[in-house]
Parts: sequence; structure tokens; C-alpha cells
Amino acid sequence: MSALQIANVSKRFGNVDVLKEINLDIQSGEFVVLVGPSGCGKSTLLSIIAGLEKATGGDIEIAGRAVNDIPAKDRDIAMVFQSYALYPTMTVRQNITFGMRCRGVAQADQQKALDDTAKLLQIDHLLDRKPSQLSGGQRQRVAMGRALVRKPLLFLFDEPLSNLDAKLRVDMRMEIKRLHNRLGATIVYVTHDQIEAMTLASRVAVMHRGEVQQFADPDTIYDKPANLFVARFMGSPPMNTVPAELEAGPAGLVAVIGRGSPDELKLPLPPIEGARAYLGKEIILGIRPECIAESGRSFGGDRSSVTEVSLPVEMIEPTGAETMTVLKLGEHVILGRLAPDVRPTPGRRHGFALDLRKACLFDPKTEWRIQ
Amino acid sequence: MNRTATLSWNRVAIYAALIFFSLIYLAPFAVVLLNSVRDVREIVGSSAIGFPKELRLSNWSAAWNSYCINGHCAGIAPFIWNSLAITVPATLISTMLGALNGYSLALWRFKGDNFVFALVVMGIFLPEQMKLIPWATVLAELGLSNTAMGLVFIHSIQGMSFATLFCRNYYLAIPPELLKAAHIDGAGFFRIFWHIVLPLSPPILIVTVIWQFTSIWNEFLYGVTFTSGEQQPVTAALVALTSQIAQAPEFGIQSAAVVLAALPTLLVYIFGGRFFVRGLTAGAVK
Repeated sequence: MSALQIANVSKRFGNVDVLKEINLDIQSGEFVVLVGPSGCGKSTLLSIIAGLEKATGGDIEIAGRAVNDIPAKDRDIAMVFQSYALYPTMTVRQNITFGMRCRGVAQADQQKALDDTAKLLQIDHLLDRKPSQLSGGQRQRVAMGRALVRKPLLFLFDEPLSNLDAKLRVDMRMEIKRLHNRLGATIVYVTHDQIEAMTLASRVAVMHRGEVQQFADPDTIYDKPANLFVARFMGSPPMNTVPAELEAGPAGLVAVIGRGSPDELKLPLPPIEGARAYLGKEIILGIRPECIAESGRSFGGDRSSVTEVSLPVEMIEPTGAETMTVLKLGEHVILGRLAPDVRPTPGRRHGFALDLRKACLFDPKTEWRIQ
Repeated sequence: MNRTATLSWNRVAIYAALIFFSLIYLAPFAVVLLNSVRDVREIVGSSAIGFPKELRLSNWSAAWNSYCINGHCAGIAPFIWNSLAITVPATLISTMLGALNGYSLALWRFKGDNFVFALVVMGIFLPEQMKLIPWATVLAELGLSNTAMGLVFIHSIQGMSFATLFCRNYYLAIPPELLKAAHIDGAGFFRIFWHIVLPLSPPILIVTVIWQFTSIWNEFLYGVTFTSGEQQPVTAALVALTSQIAQAPEFGIQSAAVVLAALPTLLVYIFGGRFFVRGLTAGAVK
């Protein structure tokens, strides 16, 4: 069943199109993450879903009911804010029950809902404290409690983890995922952090300049990005993208980098149907950094797909878990992820193994992926 | 050691300057206070400035309930009650109105809200004299001429400008997300005001109450224009009292009356002053 349907939603502020014809169909129980750089319109879209802002055009349906003219309080949604937005003069108990008090829920039902939620989030011992007496992580839990207690049709999260420190953020991320698995609720979650998007989402909507660039499951977003923007935005470090020329080799497609130069490099590509039209033309080749490793590596045990090349090293950044290596590919700089004990010398040529099975090709003009 | 010495000399200089200027500023008050316990013959016989030869509290009791002002020989007490009957309700009403206005202007954006705000604040800058005739008409229409109620009405409306300015600026610091959360929780305009905004407001409400109380208590023009005889507030009565000085100099009693009239605002300052400074600089949400 469709839990949330967004049809042709647009939003203008004066002359600026903040959202352009957004279409998303979200199923019941899905965890959808809206991700994009700041100013891409993701928070505005969330506010429109919540009913806190009016769309300039388009329709929103929650569980099959058109809600365009229904105020936020009657949309049966709950929202968790980046700043938590806990009522500062109320205790945790009052914060969590405020919504129920506004809606006139019976005292006994309030108490039961409060007990259940407090137990679920392990905040029963904090109920009589004020928000100012809580740590960041505890405030976060209370904010989630305030949303959970309502048992809404739809949960909306607006960058809920951005105010936490790195360690707590990872903990809470797992906690949110666990809660979702347990409750099976429908969630729309806004973040600018692509790791959160990848780890939490059942589907990710990547947004840029008021448009949804791609709406798909995390693996598809990562392995088959719809365009150069998605390729460069998702993944940290991002996908390497270098111009190349496409030609037909004896065993299939070949990308030629730096044709005619002494460093000319020919990389065999996986079969891509739409690439035929680009033979002899310029394309953009995309390779994920983890597909570039030290010589001798076999990616997933499959040696047949490995292409060995020799490339000059510009710089290395050992992170402990791996050695990030900046290489020159023709005139372009790319990034590879080497095993932590491999430390190539900057300024020298070294052997590298490339896994090109997941290489992507992009049209240099439209920037869309060639399928 | 040397450094501490210079520092302390600086301190001494600063304190000396501050004390000097506060003495100048407080001199009129000191003279009035001293005269209020001096015998009138002593004042007339020596000088208006001088230390009392003996402490006489009779001036105070006379000023309070038996001295004749405008032909009424009941002292200043009735006029102080008049002033309280005007100032207390007007302070409370204008503060509540200001808080409500400030809340809607700061947190409920609507078309033309800045224009409305500018109009309300303009009230602060319009000279009182300009509004005398309109107010006279309004009071006559409402049948409130020469009543404490009339002055309560005027001060509640006029005081709203400052109260709105104070509260609106304070409420701007309340994060908009708090209101969004309340909307989703299902709270409306008044419930949000009552349960979320008002509990955050004590610092600014104290500031507003102190400000309104002091300015309404000290207000004179409307008091003297729109009331007469026994209805007058204490500021107006003081004028009548001052004009008597030429005919019947009772410097001691008159000084005591002046101090009595100033006492409420002095007390407000002494007990509320520190909240005033703190409240002006406090944020709404820690």
C-alpha cells in the first residue's frame, strides 16, 4: 500500500524554484532517505509533507488520503527535528504527552503510551527531568519518544543526528535502524550525510537543485548512479570521473585515456548496451576508489576481472584502515584505496589493480549515465 | 607588585569619579529627604540645604494623611491609592497585551507583520500632547472622563507599544522549530502561548512590568488633564502641592509628600533593578 504519494509537487519562493515537479511514491513500511547538499530542497519537501509549509503546486496523499488542505496536526504524522525542539520548560514526561493532551487522549491511555515509549527508548528514569538537564543523546531519545508515542502513519526526521558528536551519531544511527526494523513504520528521513542515507534507507532519493536526481535502493544508487551528480555526491571519497574515448576492442568496449600521449591507457569495460552510440566519441568514465587497489589484489576472488596498470603516485594518506592514494591517470587525479600496509612512494610509478566490472560511463553533455 | 599598585590606583580614580557623579545626581533627592525630617522654621531660618538639628517624623505623618492639598485635608495617601488603582491594572493589562502582540508578531508571521509592528512601535515616539484631544474625545464617548478607569484604559493602550517591542524582540530568539513541533502536536495559537511561550517569558515580563509600572506611576500629563480633584493620581497632586509652596511654605511636609510619592518606584527599582538588567540581556532558551 502506498503510505505517501507525492505528485508533481513544486515550491516557489518569489522567483526561485525550490522544488520542481517532485514525484515520489513511498510504500508502507519503507525507510526513505532524502539526501542532497544544502539548498537542494530536501527540508522544504519534508515541511510540505508535514503540512508546515504549503506547496505552490502538486498533490500529497498520506495513506490514500489527499492532505493538501489538511493542517499538520490532522495529518497523523510525527516529526523529529534537528534541534530536537523539546519544550524547554516542560519535563520529559510533559514533552512526550503534550501532543496527547492537545488531542484530548484519556489519562489512562496517555500513561500507558508514555510507559511503553519510555521503556522502548530506555528513558524511564529521565521522565521528571527538564531538557536542559539531559545530554545530547538523551534529548535525541526524548525527541524520538515524542514522535513514537503518537503511533503515526508517517514519521518525518529532519537531520536528527547532525547535532550529535561522531560516536553518538553512529550509535543512534543503529538505534534508529533497529527501531525501524522492530516497528515497521514508514519513515521519511532528511539528511545531507550520504553515509546515513546508505546505511538507513530502503530507498534513497538524491536531490539537487530542487529535483530528484535518482530514487532507488542504496545499491543501485551506489553502483548505477543516474548521473554525474549522484556519482560524485554518494560515496566517500566520491567516484573518480575522468574523460576518456570509447572504442571497440577485440573483447568488447575499451576506454582510452590520454590518446596519443606516452601515458595512453586502454581499459577494458564491461558490456554496456547503450554505449554503442558513443563509439569513437568522448565519454566520462567513472570508477569507485575501492575499485583501485594495490597490484595483485583480486576483487572478490575473481582475478579474471582485474586489469593491472602502472601509474605514478602523487600522494598518500594513510588512515589506519587503508592507505588512500592519489594517482595520476593521464592528466587527471584519481583516488585509490589500498591495503593499510601498502605504502607506495609518492613521485614514483607503482603497479595497481583495477576492477572495472562496475565502471560507469556518462554522457559528457547531459551528464546522465549511459545504460 | 608594581602592577597591582597601579591597578589599584586606577580603581581608586574610577571609584572616586563614579561616587562624585552619583553624589551630584543624588543631591536633589538627598536635600528632599533631609528636609522631610526638618522643622519648617529651621529650614526658613537657615537654608534649604542643611542637616536636620533634630529628627522630626511629624512631617511624614502630616504629609501622609492630614496635609491639605487642593482644599482636601487628607494628605497624600488618597492620591497614592488613586495612583496604585491606575498603575497596577494598567501595568498588568499592557504587559499581557504586549506579550500577546509580541508573540504573534515574532512567531506567527503574517502578511504585513513588519508594517503592523512598525505602527505599534510608532506609539513610543508620538508626543503625548498630540494625543490629548483624541483621548479626551474617546474618554468622553466612553463616559470615562475623570475616572481612574479612564486612565487605566489610556495607559493600557499607550503602554502596549513598549511592551510589544520588548516582548517581540525577546520572542524572536525562540527557535521556530519549537512552534513547528507544537503545531504537529496539535496546539493552537493560545495553547502554544500559554503552555510554551509564557513559561519562557518571566525574564522579559519582569522587565516589562518594571518599565510599565515606573512610567505609568510617573506619568503626569494625562493625569492632570483627564482627572481633577480627588480623582487625581499622585503626580498631579504633587503639582497642586508645589503650587501651594508660594502661599504656604511647608517645606518639611511637602518634602515628605514628595518622598512618599516616589517611594513605590524606588522600591520597584531597589527590589527589581537587578532583574531588569538581567532580563534585558537574557535569552529565551538556554
